[in-house]
Amino acid sequence: MAKVLMKGNEAVGKAAIEAGCRYFFGYPITPQSEVPEYLSNELPKVGGTFVQAESEVAAINMVYGAAAAGARVLTSSSSPGIALKQEGLGYIANASLPAVIINMMRGGPGLGTIQPGQADYNMAVKGGSNGDYHTVVLAPASVQEAVNMVMEAFDIADMYGTPVVILADGLIGQMMEPVEFNYVRREGIPEKTWALTGKGDGERHNIKNLVIDPDDCEAWNHEHFETYEKIVANEQDWEEYLLDDAEYAFVSYGTASRVVRTAIGYLREAGFKVGMLRPKTLWPFPQKAFDKWDGKLKKYMDVEMSMGQMMPDVAYACNDKNKVEFYGRTGGNVPSVDEIVEFGKKVMGGDK
Amino acid sequence: MILDDKRVRIITGHYGSGKTEFAVNYVNRLRDCKEGKVAIADLDIVNVYFRSREKKAEMEAKGIQVIASNIEGAGADIPAVSGAMTMPVTNKEYQYVIDLGGNDVGTLVLGRIKPLLDTTETDFFMVVNAYRPDTSTPEGVIAQMEQLEYGAGLKVTGFINNTNLVRETTANCLVHGDEVLREVTKRTGVPVKYVAYVEELLTEAVPEGLAGQLFPMKFYMRKAWM
Repeated sequence: MAKVLMKGNEAVGKAAIEAGCRYFFGYPITPQSEVPEYLSNELPKVGGTFVQAESEVAAINMVYGAAAAGARVLTSSSSPGIALKQEGLGYIANASLPAVIINMMRGGPGLGTIQPGQADYNMAVKGGSNGDYHTVVLAPASVQEAVNMVMEAFDIADMYGTPVVILADGLIGQMMEPVEFNYVRREGIPEKTWALTGKGDGERHNIKNLVIDPDDCEAWNHEHFETYEKIVANEQDWEEYLLDDAEYAFVSYGTASRVVRTAIGYLREAGFKVGMLRPKTLWPFPQKAFDKWDGKLKKYMDVEMSMGQMMPDVAYACNDKNKVEFYGRTGGNVPSVDEIVEFGKKVMGGDK
Repeated sequence: MILDDKRVRIITGHYGSGKTEFAVNYVNRLRDCKEGKVAIADLDIVNVYFRSREKKAEMEAKGIQVIASNIEGAGADIPAVSGAMTMPVTNKEYQYVIDLGGNDVGTLVLGRIKPLLDTTETDFFMVVNAYRPDTSTPEGVIAQMEQLEYGAGLKVTGFINNTNLVRETTANCLVHGDEVLREVTKRTGVPVKYVAYVEELLTEAVPEGLAGQLFPMKFYMRKAWM
């Protein structure tokens, strides 16, 4: 398929359709409203269903229902709207159901701003709902990567029976970039033999959330964590940028990593041996990447559009909190290239 | 030539075609080659990011009057435009560029100035990027054009061939846009006015024989890391 120019929000909608998603339930919020707008036009054309729900809470519960019925289903929102969906997300995780949730993050907390942010890291990665659970969290840094990750998210969700969050931000949603759509379904995705599709003459299926007996509930939790272990073993993903000779590494994801990449160009010109380790999966966090490079690196420079929510994960991954320095902007502001160059020089020891 | 365009230039187009980047380049060029009063109105009520008002300070420093929402700040998600938008329409001392929001929704704002507008001194330019899925064919361009004309109550007076794939733009992109728009011109009689391209993106020579005047641009809206 030839390349076309699309806005991130439109492109993730098209990616979902290409991956076989036919159901979207959501509610508009800036800066992701083009996702429901696009899908309201496009889903009916392919025999799909678009519902603008009465609220985010209703939408996520419609997702829960459609997922239980075996459908590939999507919802999307931005930060405060995603906060509203957390209860339903926990239910979906507890019922081991596949679903894809897109968060085009904006400045927070609360209503915050409509400009881009990355301060929902904790909500997505640490779990914004109650109980012991994880969601897979994918963090795209371009429109093309967002497209690829949305397609991949449906496969991961079906593979393991888990909700998958696409954690992008308003800039990825609003930016125009060339994209192409080449969906190849993963091998080995199990049949949805458990789906609620009407009993007929078959077996009784049951999707539930309440477990009365604590021992049963604990056993159920352990089952979830067996799945999580497999995800941690199989699904870590990251990019290594100019690390081969690097003495220092930035750690950054999504939009912030784009600014970092440009800053690295200037720092390299100035003689600094610096690269970037860019997590593409935030959960599972790419521990393997740190295990691979840690011995060669003196410091990690964490750059985020938040007050440093990823920092504890970087410190844990390298097992040395003294090796981690942080620079961030928040509330809807994006760090400038100059700011990151300055930060880098400060950490790496001034002008060369 | 930019000075041969009508006094009031309204820049419209399908959403995501690069209207704002063109409008901001255009008004800066106009400022460089024209004495007297020059104004740009950002009437974008569709987008919340990448609006020309983000460049207000830079443009005002160059002597371009910027009219946007009277609600200050990049964070306003409110379909409000300033009443000052009518002034350069009636005050004929002004050279005026109007940056509309995308699609027919974006044209609704024109209702406010429509009764004051002298169509004999108004150009209604449609920016086209043939890599946008909805304007990738002559039929698509004409359908969008008809929606814009219906929304605005104005006839498109010229196309801007702004066909690009951002940082993956090649000379072939302009040729592709040219082919689509030539067919549109054949069917509608509306000419291609400019071929717009960002100079730093094009490593090859611009092909000869394209319809419209070459309009080299620089990135005002897109940062180096975008």
